[in-house]
Amino acid sequence: MALLDRHIAFVEALRAAGLPVSLSEDLDAVEAVTQLGLADREALRAGLAATLVKREGHRTSFDALFDLWFPPLLGAGVGGHGAPPEDEDDRTAEQVAQVLRTEVEALRQELSQALQDEDADRLRELTQEAVGRFGAMPGRGQGLSSWSSYNALQRIDPDTVVLRLARALMAGSDDRRPLSEELAMRTATRRVEGWRRQVEGEVRRRVAEEKGAEHVARTTVRPSVDRIPFTAARRGEIEEMRRQIYPLARRLASRLAKEQHARRRGPLDFRRTVRASVSTGGVPLTTHHRPRRPHRTELVVLCDVSGSVANFAAFTLLLVYALQEQFSKVRAFTFVDDVAEVTGEFRAGADPEETLTRLTESARHASLWGRTDYGRALREFRSRFGDAVGPRSSLLVLGDARSNYTDPRLDVLRDLADRARHAWWLNPEATAQWDTGDSAASQYGEVVPMVECRNLAQLTAFVHDIV
Amino acid sequence: MTTWFDSPADAAKRLHDSGYLADTATATTAYLAGALEKPLLVEGPAGVGKTELAKAVARATGAELVRLQCYEGLDEARALYEWNYKKQLLRIQAAGDQSWEQTHDDIFTEEFLLTRPLLTAIRREEQTVLLVDEVDKTDVEVEGLLLEVLSDFQVTIPEMGTVSAVRRPFVVLTSNATRELSEAVKRRCLFLHLDYPDAAREKEIVVSQVPGVADRLAAELVETVARLRELELKKAPSIAESVDWARTLVALEVDDLDEEAVGATLGVVLKHASDQDKALAALRGHQAGARRR
Repeated sequence: MALLDRHIAFVEALRAAGLPVSLSEDLDAVEAVTQLGLADREALRAGLAATLVKREGHRTSFDALFDLWFPPLLGAGVGGHGAPPEDEDDRTAEQVAQVLRTEVEALRQELSQALQDEDADRLRELTQEAVGRFGAMPGRGQGLSSWSSYNALQRIDPDTVVLRLARALMAGSDDRRPLSEELAMRTATRRVEGWRRQVEGEVRRRVAEEKGAEHVARTTVRPSVDRIPFTAARRGEIEEMRRQIYPLARRLASRLAKEQHARRRGPLDFRRTVRASVSTGGVPLTTHHRPRRPHRTELVVLCDVSGSVANFAAFTLLLVYALQEQFSKVRAFTFVDDVAEVTGEFRAGADPEETLTRLTESARHASLWGRTDYGRALREFRSRFGDAVGPRSSLLVLGDARSNYTDPRLDVLRDLADRARHAWWLNPEATAQWDTGDSAASQYGEVVPMVECRNLAQLTAFVHDIV
Repeated sequence: MTTWFDSPADAAKRLHDSGYLADTATATTAYLAGALEKPLLVEGPAGVGKTELAKAVARATGAELVRLQCYEGLDEARALYEWNYKKQLLRIQAAGDQSWEQTHDDIFTEEFLLTRPLLTAIRREEQTVLLVDEVDKTDVEVEGLLLEVLSDFQVTIPEMGTVSAVRRPFVVLTSNATRELSEAVKRRCLFLHLDYPDAAREKEIVVSQVPGVADRLAAELVETVARLRELELKKAPSIAESVDWARTLVALEVDDLDEEAVGATLGVVLKHASDQDKALAALRGHQAGARRR
């Protein structure tokens, strides 16, 4: 593949991953490559990133794709750790296993040494060795063999390496102070986690070489954090999303403040206008206005915290509470089949991590039998907290409307919606999945407007619109 | 045609010589900004050296720095140019029986023009670094104003015509990302995200910025700061604050960063009461672990 074709395919892949790369940025990138040359891979990476990626959230996707299209080496590299030859038949299975065990042990040993010294070159070699030796997945025929990070990591068992490394760090060495137990564990986990990512990258690289980068990009590169669906997020990603909440709220708040500033011009501020006119010889060229008092909504959030949608509810609540000053009052309730108030769990400036833990605990109070029952929850809510919804408040229901085929009690929801100033329903499922199985989405959707809200981007857009 | 830097390596070296320790990405991007003559948009948390980068480029290349500090309500008159209204009035009054046509031509000349940073930077004939600081604080209208300046390096003044850059300035825009800049601005810029540096580089920065700090103290300090950043605080300590902390410790003649010293000086790095409580609790746990062994 010629360099230019490769570059264009790379840009195409970036666009497919959701990065808005314009033609002029593409041209800039080509010029940057011409200026930088191809000798230094990291410089090339920096150059392409500077011209093509204009949002930090997209950087992870960019790096993953860059590694696929501009791999650091080809094949098994100079060291030559290909798949092990398969025809060593004159040994018994027992002997093979024995040899394998010693090999794995030796690799673990070297790995924890390299991690302790933070020797980047050696680590790269070990990554290749680990994938080459243990990551091969036997294929069904010639050229169909593949690579798996799961296989490689399974054999090496990173947890053992973490423990070994932590012990080494606690003992210290000649030029390093010994670390405390907690810090050593933390450091060890972080380093091994980094190496694990290297292994995954290396596997992607090898697969990409055999099956084409496009194939791997389609199947393995995850979308940027604000586009990951709440319901399909992995553990690390959930953490990443949680970190995003406060910056997101801050951005949203400053945008809102600015828009309100521009939109709401109050009555003329006579004093300031006259004062300003002095510098233009008494002619009031610019008029000044008093800011109008902002209108603030009272928000009542009712959220489903059953297993499948708990994450979504938690994120929405966090975002709403991070924006607390935009609302005059926020009350939050959680339900599974019973209702509990969680307003007290949120305090201004509280730690999001703790809040989430407390919220999960509250799910226990919100369930009697643990099977989601929207009808019952709505009824309970109306009889016990019905006075929370009034003509000044907006009602926000969060949930997937999957009620285990129980009576949806549309009348109760209609009654609540009528009492409130506005009512919305946020559904974390894709519109295509509404009404499948036990979902009563469109029935509820007829009573209150239902909005699809699958990821942080959609959530931000929605919150921006209601404030 | 001026060259700012010869190569990424040259950029790294010259920035280093002027007291700014740049990593590969920063040096490469700075080189590209000069080579492609594109504005450089630097984004990142507060206090990671975004503004300092612009100053360092100016120092490294011997160029003059022109700075435009952005704030809410910044307008054309403060950013671009303004007619010296009072002087024009005087000129009209002093004109006496001169015809209006003549006066009219007189008062819209160079003499009555007050140039503001953007125009100043474009009209300068020497090498110039233009720093547009905290561009996210401005209103959207100012972005529109920047577009003309950033893409064509020219300014149109209705009374005088279009002023084009004699020599293109090296433009650095900084942003704390409190708001997304418009796509149009981003498209015209090279983008660099600066983040907290790794421990080794931060230590190097602290040692180079604070004379008299012991190597061991710097290492301990950097380690503690890195630990603080992991804690999900309201405001994570910046590089500038680690440097301040090191200065404080040197001034107080503390050579060991023990619990007492941390407790007494934590106010230098953490500026929220809740952050301080959280940090002290976390650090105490860590130090108790160290003592137990």
